[in-house]
Amino acid sequence: MHHRYALFALAALACGFASAAPPTPAMLTNSCAGCHGIGGASAGPSMPNLAGHSKEAIVEAMKKFKSGERPSTLMGRLAKGYTDAEFAAMGDYYSKQKPHTPKQSLDSAKVARGAAIEGASCAGCHPDSGRRSFGEVPALAGQWLPYLQMQMQMFVAGTRKMPEPMAQQVKALSATDIDSLMHFYASVK
Amino acid sequence: MTFDRRSFLKVLSAASGATLAGCGALPMGGSSLPTAKSSGRRVVVVGGGYGGTIAAKYVRMLDPSIEVVLVERERQFVSCPYSNLYLGGLLPNLSSLTIGYDKLAANHGVKVVHDTVTAIDATKKTVTVGGGSFNYDRLVLSPGIDFRFEEIAGYDPATTPQVMPHSWKAGPQTMLLRKQLENMRDGGVVVIAVPQMPFRCPPGPYERATMIAMYLKQHKPRSKVIVLDANPDIASKGGLFRKGWAKHYAGLIEYQGAKRVTAVNARNMTVSVEGLEDVKGDVINVIPPQRAGDIARNAGLIGPDKRWCPVDTTTFESTLAKDVHVIGDACIAGAMPKSGFSANSEAKVCATNIVALMNGRETIQLSGLNTCYSQISPTEAVSVAAVYTIKDGAIVSVPNSGGVSPDLSEAEAVYAKSWINNILTEMST
Repeated sequence: MHHRYALFALAALACGFASAAPPTPAMLTNSCAGCHGIGGASAGPSMPNLAGHSKEAIVEAMKKFKSGERPSTLMGRLAKGYTDAEFAAMGDYYSKQKPHTPKQSLDSAKVARGAAIEGASCAGCHPDSGRRSFGEVPALAGQWLPYLQMQMQMFVAGTRKMPEPMAQQVKALSATDIDSLMHFYASVK
Repeated sequence: MTFDRRSFLKVLSAASGATLAGCGALPMGGSSLPTAKSSGRRVVVVGGGYGGTIAAKYVRMLDPSIEVVLVERERQFVSCPYSNLYLGGLLPNLSSLTIGYDKLAANHGVKVVHDTVTAIDATKKTVTVGGGSFNYDRLVLSPGIDFRFEEIAGYDPATTPQVMPHSWKAGPQTMLLRKQLENMRDGGVVVIAVPQMPFRCPPGPYERATMIAMYLKQHKPRSKVIVLDANPDIASKGGLFRKGWAKHYAGLIEYQGAKRVTAVNARNMTVSVEGLEDVKGDVINVIPPQRAGDIARNAGLIGPDKRWCPVDTTTFESTLAKDVHVIGDACIAGAMPKSGFSANSEAKVCATNIVALMNGRETIQLSGLNTCYSQISPTEAVSVAAVYTIKDGAIVSVPNSGGVSPDLSEAEAVYAKSWINNILTEMST
């Protein structure tokens, strides 16, 4: 038993309640499953999959929710309930889960159009058709379409800040291009 | 695979450790049911709602060597959360809120028994159902709520809900209230009686008033909703409900705080309130005051408040009976409200620590969560959310976290729909 926990256990006994180990990554992420599915495999349609993102992508997302830098409906309120160490435990857990690519209804013409432009527009930062997640870059492959669309709307409206390279690329894209790219990434297995 | 009363004994008889009684009249042989190998360790879960399904599933996920029997009276579960949208007409029926138990059995090996619990003996560690009795190493009760009907004069538990539906257990009661709203004349009065806290789903009565007002605005605009609240003020998300009412339903909702309904008259369609003349309604939704479900009460698990079940905040083990755990609306979980999401969160903490205890491992401190959406209009919703931890042995909300939405939100209506889909999927797959 870790020294700190041993002290905690002694203090707990002195206070008259049984000792318990600090929350494990499973205990923490069990809370997320009510909205994001077991193992971060969301049943959709607008709650994103969390499985298969890099540890850093999850940690940074949670930190930015907490600070308010990334806009949210209730993730900001929830993120304020956790420490950086707990974010790291969650990120580590989700980075090790098998990516989830749900069946969803997509427009095949848009998927094809997105496939034709993703290489030039997005693949520099979102390689392997959005399957790879590293650093702060999230996985896009197989993500739920409504989630991708809601985030993209915020990026375009400026309420969620894009990284500079992304802002440069998006500036050059039409609304139809962007919509097609969302369908494409949602389609990737 | 799920089992009915006739076949459940066959299943249990195949498992070691089962104590069977009164089974002579039931067919015992020739079972084509799976005779799962049993480690001899059994967890029995009573109640297949937001708490019980998750407790059963998670014990099996965490340790497949433990046999799990889920006892549930009904073949299907209908969610209370989101059912107000059906009352408002945003859902055509309750089918999207209805789940079965087949996949818990098929995917996780949970043995589902559809029967009614008639007795629990915490000393002998047995559960008796209509079809027989069997024993457990640990018992999880997630019985939900029952009503303190006796506190409302003139309320007959058998007949009054057929005239003045509570609709606080989803299913036929919800459909009855919807039917009454559809049949009501334009210009009618809908009365909603809200009980004193604590009750299941604190924002629920106010979301219901909102959804009914939405329906009336669209279809019967000369009508109104009168909310008679036993609490001094709106018990949850008050500012947001008031904002929604002012924006969309001006003149349609008349809210009166500190007005406890003390008596009902189903024949005259009136309710009595201290300090008021009797209030007449065309449709009357009396939500009676509540306590832990009868199953927990009959098992002697109710605490000094005579209403709810005190539990350990790490294991959710009853402080009144060893090896019996109580989760969900029936238990006293500190700052965690009586909500479906709380029950889900408590079930996971309970299952985690039951498996730890049954394997001689150290228990793990609670980390809990609650998220609760309320629909305001066809396109807007609001939420309250919190993260829970343990402080000095009590379940508390993590300081400076959680809280309510800053405003009515279209995005939250989208996420609310996704939430109900995800949580019901977690319970049923």
